[in-house]
Amino acid sequence: MLFELDGVSARRGGVEVLAGISLGLPLGATCVAGPSGSGKSTLLRLLNRLADPSAGVVRLRGKDVRERDVLALRRDVSLVPQLPALLDGTVADNVAYGTRLAGRAADVPRALELAGLDTSFAEREAGRLSVGEQQRVMLARALALEPSVLLLDEPTSALDGVARDAVEATLLDLRERLGLSYVLVTHDEAQAQRLADTVVRLDHGHLAGARA
Amino acid sequence: MNADVTLLEVAGAAALVGVAIAVSLWQRVDLEADIALAAARAFVQLTAVGYVISFIFDQEGLGYVVALLTVMIGVGALTARHRARAVPGVLWPLVLALTLAAVSTLGLVVALGVFDAEARFLVPVGGMVIGNAMTASAVALNRLGDEVGASAHTIEATLALGATSGQAIRPIVRRALRSGLIPLIDQTKTTGLVAFPGVMVGSLLAGAEPVDAVRIQLILLYTLLGAVAVAALTAMALAARNFFTADHQLREPEPADPPR
Repeated sequence: MLFELDGVSARRGGVEVLAGISLGLPLGATCVAGPSGSGKSTLLRLLNRLADPSAGVVRLRGKDVRERDVLALRRDVSLVPQLPALLDGTVADNVAYGTRLAGRAADVPRALELAGLDTSFAEREAGRLSVGEQQRVMLARALALEPSVLLLDEPTSALDGVARDAVEATLLDLRERLGLSYVLVTHDEAQAQRLADTVVRLDHGHLAGARA
Repeated sequence: MNADVTLLEVAGAAALVGVAIAVSLWQRVDLEADIALAAARAFVQLTAVGYVISFIFDQEGLGYVVALLTVMIGVGALTARHRARAVPGVLWPLVLALTLAAVSTLGLVVALGVFDAEARFLVPVGGMVIGNAMTASAVALNRLGDEVGASAHTIEATLALGATSGQAIRPIVRRALRSGLIPLIDQTKTTGLVAFPGVMVGSLLAGAEPVDAVRIQLILLYTLLGAVAVAALTAMALAARNFFTADHQLREPEPADPPR
């Protein structure tokens, strides 16, 4: 198992959004599906410790995530949030940001290419790109860290149908080429079917069913 | 007018408060009560402070000076806290920021021989240092709290790349520091052109030579620049970490205060 959740509860804004969930997420592609407010995004945030559960344990490859170095964990389990949140500067500045903090040089052209962006994007101002392009830069800067797991929070929710199909193709391609595991949160059941080997369904903070 | 001011002269100036009240009544600005209260409060507060200061000036040693500056720091920190409600645990950062600003700047001007270590210098300069440090810290903290709330998404996205909490909040701290420091910098730039600063006016009215009045004013402006920088920086450095857990997680904001 890549991730194991053992009796995990979590609160957000004073409300319990995950209620004692136990499940395993295997290597490969997993989708967490469910209506909005079902606790999907909160579950994702627990996996790279942007938040901690109020009860229970989250394990990555058998080891409690709280026993790992949190910064190293986030570089290895890289989260792409639902909305673009780029820093001021060029696309290259953004793509190289995480690796620079880790004391490494980024392969910016490769990261852009993996994220489905032409390398000519590198010198463009991040703030002037379309939402779809910004979302791909978010993906590129996560990939620049060379993570072993990607966490994707509704990566296509702000995109139109064409851009969504292109991002889905990119994700399938990444799996093929890099052997990357990902956990993708979506409210779109059809997307979950297209992208995942395993689908976990949440409803009101409870497990609604898993399909292997 | 000379340096000995009588209560009669003060009463004469109060006629202008009457003008302000008359304007308010005439234009129905509805501020008559506020104006009267403000004028009365200024009279009572300054008179009381005047007696306190003259008592302190008459004492041997600096114990009372330290006590008075400590009270000013406490009141300043409590006042600034109200403007920075969105920043968790902000009182101690403020107390430390104001204390550090007062101690470092007063210590330096005394060590450099600009002023003697006497109540006559330490009390008024300390008051100005603490007052300006309070305003700059409050503005910077207020901005910090607003921006962290508005940029929580960006901060978390940066944390998710393996940034420490300090790295993730740095652009916001930078902007907040700027907003705290710019008012005094602008005021220093335009001083004498747009407005005569208060200390210079006071010195001139008290009979000082213009050249001396200007030099005292310059010393104070330079001291204040140092003080607000120390205070705002200290307040930012100590308060910014309160938004995060030790594991570089952005804390959820406290439930908002109910509207009053």
